[in-house]
Amino acid sequence: MATATQFRTCPTTGLRIDLKAENLIKANAVAAVIFLAVGGLFGLGVALTRWPAVHLLPADWFYLALTAHGLDVLIVWIIFFEIAILYFASAVLLNSRLAAPRWAWGGFALMLIGAIIVNIAVLQGQSTVMFTSYAPMMAKPHFYLGIILFAVGALIGCFVFFGTLVIAREERTYQGSIPLVTFGAVTAAIIAVFTIASGAIILIPTMLWSMGLVSHIDSLMYRTVWWAMGHSSQQINVSAQVAVWYGIAAIVLGARTLSEKVSRGAFLLYILFLQLASAHHLLVDPGISSEWKVFNTSYAIYLAVLGSMIHGMTVPGSIEAAQRAHGYTQGLFGWLRKAPWGNPAFSGMFMSIVLFGFLGGISGVVMGTEQLNIIMHNTLYAPGHFHGTVVAGTTLAFMAITYLVIPLIFRRELVMKKIAQWQPYIFALGVSGISLFMMGAGTLGVSRRHWDITFADAPLKFDYPEAAFLMMGLNGLSAILAALGGIMYIAVVVGSVLFGKPTTDTSLPKLNVISSYGSADSIKVPGTYVLVAVFFVSFVLYYFINWKYLSEIWPLR
Amino acid sequence: MAVTPPSERIWWKEPVAKAELVWIVIAFLWGLVMFFMMIYWHGSGKQNLSNEAYRTDPAVYAQKAQAMAEKYKVGEEAGIPVVHPPAGSDVYLIARLWQWWPILELEKDKDYRLHIMSWTGCMVFPHNRSISILRSTPTTTWW
Ligand code: HEM
Ligand SMILES: [Cu+2]
Repeated sequence: MATATQFRTCPTTGLRIDLKAENLIKANAVAAVIFLAVGGLFGLGVALTRWPAVHLLPADWFYLALTAHGLDVLIVWIIFFEIAILYFASAVLLNSRLAAPRWAWGGFALMLIGAIIVNIAVLQGQSTVMFTSYAPMMAKPHFYLGIILFAVGALIGCFVFFGTLVIAREERTYQGSIPLVTFGAVTAAIIAVFTIASGAIILIPTMLWSMGLVSHIDSLMYRTVWWAMGHSSQQINVSAQVAVWYGIAAIVLGARTLSEKVSRGAFLLYILFLQLASAHHLLVDPGISSEWKVFNTSYAIYLAVLGSMIHGMTVPGSIEAAQRAHGYTQGLFGWLRKAPWGNPAFSGMFMSIVLFGFLGGISGVVMGTEQLNIIMHNTLYAPGHFHGTVVAGTTLAFMAITYLVIPLIFRRELVMKKIAQWQPYIFALGVSGISLFMMGAGTLGVSRRHWDITFADAPLKFDYPEAAFLMMGLNGLSAILAALGGIMYIAVVVGSVLFGKPTTDTSLPKLNVISSYGSADSIKVPGTYVLVAVFFVSFVLYYFINWKYLSEIWPLR
Repeated sequence: MAVTPPSERIWWKEPVAKAELVWIVIAFLWGLVMFFMMIYWHGSGKQNLSNEAYRTDPAVYAQKAQAMAEKYKVGEEAGIPVVHPPAGSDVYLIARLWQWWPILELEKDKDYRLHIMSWTGCMVFPHNRSISILRSTPTTTWW
């Protein structure tokens, strides 16, 4: 069958690209971007409603939009894009044909149909249960059906990915071990299989319950198993996003990782320990013992956090080493000043690393600490945290790599290059604002998923401090900025795909590969040490500030 | 390069730069500190959630709360009874759409055994101190 596959040769990398794989990458990426646009608009609606001076949507529309927002961006946008990454990291990077392209199209169709069904279910108004759909809240059966179809489609995508790895190995399309980016994709896919299995275990009975075929879904059981899916799916995102960081550093700067062993080891920590951590969503739930919460949330002694902290050093480290090898050796930060900040792939990637670490990472560990969780659980601090991880981190990284995918896979030049250059900055600024101001409001006690913080129709009054209103206003302004960044992204992507000039061999970027940094002892990355030290000090300070804050509240036993 | 197979075929035997090793050790130790901090707080901190939780029948629980409310009622606000139970007693609180019931008047620096149950199956949280209560599952206890 291999003979039936058609290839082209990539002028930048010299890789043979299976045209079927290429089309699937395109289809998945396009679907992803469409749902990002839809979900992002819902997000803007939500943010403008939470801005008390604007209070855009009525209550029922607010919760409907919130449900649609969570589903469309967290699940549909990200997973479609991840499937594109899986096909890229397997067929393209391994020089191989894609296993079972028909199955891959079948999976794509299921995901698309599933996503459309869920959106219809939510818009019909009878399934406003948030994307977490906690029982005993009940949505219509087709709400769950849509999610299940989507998940099955994604599972097929994972198997096509694994199949491609097997084919590439058997047909010896590459020498030695798989590339680091592919290794990261394997991590993501393994976690994805676990995630989808948990999803099936919980959502299938819940759908039957909604159809009246099962009489009762225990709420604690639901939440525990749901988070086995909900949490692990975030680890798919982290793995995919880190793989994208390495990939962009390699393609744009020719960077090699400092040590394959360390970087792969860090991915391995994800596989081994990340799924355990789901209990951090249940820290204030009754009926779960402290011992289990402590063990589980410390990710078996924070070994998965360790993985991220390692990547957080090795990616900037490899960028620094590559830049120094290119001759940018001036001072501590000459390599950083002379980095290609006008290339949106690079700027987006680098900001994704910094924001993921400082905004998403630190707040996530603090919030995931058993006792500290008491002061922020279910406040806006939670969305503040995860807009730092999944938006400033993952979404920004995926946006950044899109600027490479368009010339290399769609073979189109970017249109509106100026807008493309500004886009990562605008989006990063807006998202940092959303993240920080929601965390700020959360620290002041403002709850998440709440339509009216003035409590206008409550029998008893409660007043949040003025500062909370200020935070919500700033959050609204940041949301507008983030939405603008999102629109710029969509405009550039859609414009380039539809109207971009076809690339020629000379217009494509050239790889400027660093063959070696010399021996392990000669690697010098002083700038990265300073960055990492700043990160570490911020982390430690913020961690203990929160303990201090906790110690000041009512005692509870 | 990260998008090509490792240039050293036996990459797992390559030495690791000291820079990386130092950071890995620091990050690992920090993980241990954070792990033991949670355990330490269980011993010495004053803010730890009770692990006591029971499954109860909503009707039985509601009766207890009702009885307490009638016995110690001292007033009413917005149609909700204000209750002043004696220090040291069992105090019952119900969370329901969208309010707590009844209103409790507790004395400063006194201990109470507080039971909470969610009636409608939502998550509730008093300002800045969150505790989840699941429908007809638990009564969580604080002193
Ligand atoms: C224009 C960009 C965005 C804006 C303005 C925005 C804003 C918001 C706001 C205001 C909330 C509601 C918080 C609450 O009331 O509890 C929210 C929730 C959420 N957002 Fe975003 N967001 C954006 C992009 C994204 C993206 C790209 C993702 C995922 C990749 C994301 C994932 C989520 C999730 C999972 C929730 C929680 C929904 C729930 O509580 O059920 N957001 N967002
Ligand atoms: Cu989680």
